[in-house]
Amino acid sequence: MLDYVKLPILGLIAVLSAIAANYGLDFAYKVHAILIMLVAGGLFLWELRRTGEPKVPAPEGEYMDGPVKAAAIATVFWGCTGFLVGVFIAFQLAFPVLNFEWAQPYLNFGRLRPLHTSAVIFAFGGNGLIAASFYISQRTSAVRMWGGNLAWFVFWGYQLFIVLAATGYVLGVTQGQEYAEPEWYVDIWLTIVWLAFLAVYLGTLLNRKEPHIYVANWFLLSFIITVAMLHVVNNLSIPVSIYGSRSVQVFSGVQNAMIQWWYGHNAVGFFLTAGFLGMMYYFVPKQANRPVYSYKLSIIHFWALIFLYIWAGPHHLHYTALPDWAGTLGMVFSIVLWMPSWGGMINGLMTLQGAWDKLRTDPILRMMVTSLAFYGMSTFEGPMMSIRAVNSLSHYTDWTIGHVHSGALGWNGMITFGMLYYLFPKLWNRKALYSIRAVSWHFWLATIGIVLYASSMWVTGIMEGLMWREVDAQGFLVNSFADTVEAKLPMYVVRGLGGTMFLAGALVMAWNLWMTVRSGEAVADTNSAVPAE
Amino acid sequence: MQDYTFLRELSGSLGTIFLVVSFLGFVLFAFRPGSRRIHEDTAEIPFRHDDKPAPASDVSVAQIEEARK
Repeated sequence: MLDYVKLPILGLIAVLSAIAANYGLDFAYKVHAILIMLVAGGLFLWELRRTGEPKVPAPEGEYMDGPVKAAAIATVFWGCTGFLVGVFIAFQLAFPVLNFEWAQPYLNFGRLRPLHTSAVIFAFGGNGLIAASFYISQRTSAVRMWGGNLAWFVFWGYQLFIVLAATGYVLGVTQGQEYAEPEWYVDIWLTIVWLAFLAVYLGTLLNRKEPHIYVANWFLLSFIITVAMLHVVNNLSIPVSIYGSRSVQVFSGVQNAMIQWWYGHNAVGFFLTAGFLGMMYYFVPKQANRPVYSYKLSIIHFWALIFLYIWAGPHHLHYTALPDWAGTLGMVFSIVLWMPSWGGMINGLMTLQGAWDKLRTDPILRMMVTSLAFYGMSTFEGPMMSIRAVNSLSHYTDWTIGHVHSGALGWNGMITFGMLYYLFPKLWNRKALYSIRAVSWHFWLATIGIVLYASSMWVTGIMEGLMWREVDAQGFLVNSFADTVEAKLPMYVVRGLGGTMFLAGALVMAWNLWMTVRSGEAVADTNSAVPAE
Repeated sequence: MQDYTFLRELSGSLGTIFLVVSFLGFVLFAFRPGSRRIHEDTAEIPFRHDDKPAPASDVSVAQIEEARK
């Protein structure tokens, strides 16, 4: 029955996007319309060919791991892509000649930078979070995922969002809101996909066989709900034409700036922190084979994080048109956030109590512990940088970039790598990873890469901050902007090398996971077998 | 301006009190008597049902009810 509804809808979308491609006012919009037309048309044919075929009932006695596998593969793929773009733009900053004349304007820094940030945050991080959400919600609810193929819709719909966003950046489509650059039609599509994600997740939790909702699910659910809210509010815009990619933001001036950084900081707080903490609260206990150190602390961690994070955004707007009281509010809440962040870090680390010896033999656990250490470091550094006096030195400098990367590469990257190393043998029924030595190589390449990255950015950030404010005896500025650019070159090269090492580690991981699936020693399918307890 | 003034007053008074009280309530609730056993059991959830969903006749819930007695 549903097939007969799907077919006309897909056909209609294909026709409408063909019309949109014809009337499109700008090139990027036309490209996107043709892309959507091809996807909808392809799906139409695919649906048509299997209409009327007998339906295979979903095996209720098994977990639905197909979308988890797909999202795990996508995490590896987008991760390597995003890191590669990052390394390239790092060297573009060091050697501007890499903004090739023949590729203007498509491959210059200004267009590749949002491609890099979105690829690593939303494509790599987002797919990792989708894999974690689908995997954890089923295991901790002891039921099959709710909604049948809706989970596949979420996965493929999210990939389409990534492709539309990425091609849009290269072709110059942006609404100018940092980390929310995609234009109105991509935003609407992501809203639909995200609500489907929420429905799958909530449905699974509501069907649960366990009396309680495990704490990882609280974090993941708060991530899904809050991101939906942030995304909708920050993308309130009115399209200039239904046939064009341009739109105008509803809010203007300082209101728009405040909403942008309310969005931006909570993208950090709920996407990169709450979501990945959900990952941490499941996979660290699993890998250490011990329950979380204190379940009570995890509850307090959760509520404190939820109540505090949402207020921290204004610290991005010190010394702007934003009223001082709002900046002070953001600063105070950022500093108070230090406590739940460190509570969570301690909770994760202490889970290893009595199992610290495993760090010597298990590089996956070492990765997870390192990620918690970086979580602690960057959640100490962040509140410090939010203090107005510190911010007057650090703002607009590379210190901020270093801070973001010690959090993103160290915390988000490392915990995701740990999860992938846990998931691949488990999902593909392999006895173990293909090479544990390769995991160690990945660990050291990534760790040294992050250290090079963060320390070079500290040096260059503080240096340029001091150079900008240096005045002579008469009160004139000593340095021009170009002086700071020249002085930063060595640190930029070191940063690029750090990024290269991090990328190399990720490529080692991709090879290792590929070999694990291809030639690892198989074990009996556990998904439908009797539990091992 | 009316709306702004009203919301500004609300957030500075009742709104703040509501958020602080509910936060403290959540934390205190975690320390209610008898919560330790529930939390110990909940912390073990990742180590159950690793390979397949709970059967239709729910074993784990029954086991937990039994353990509580």
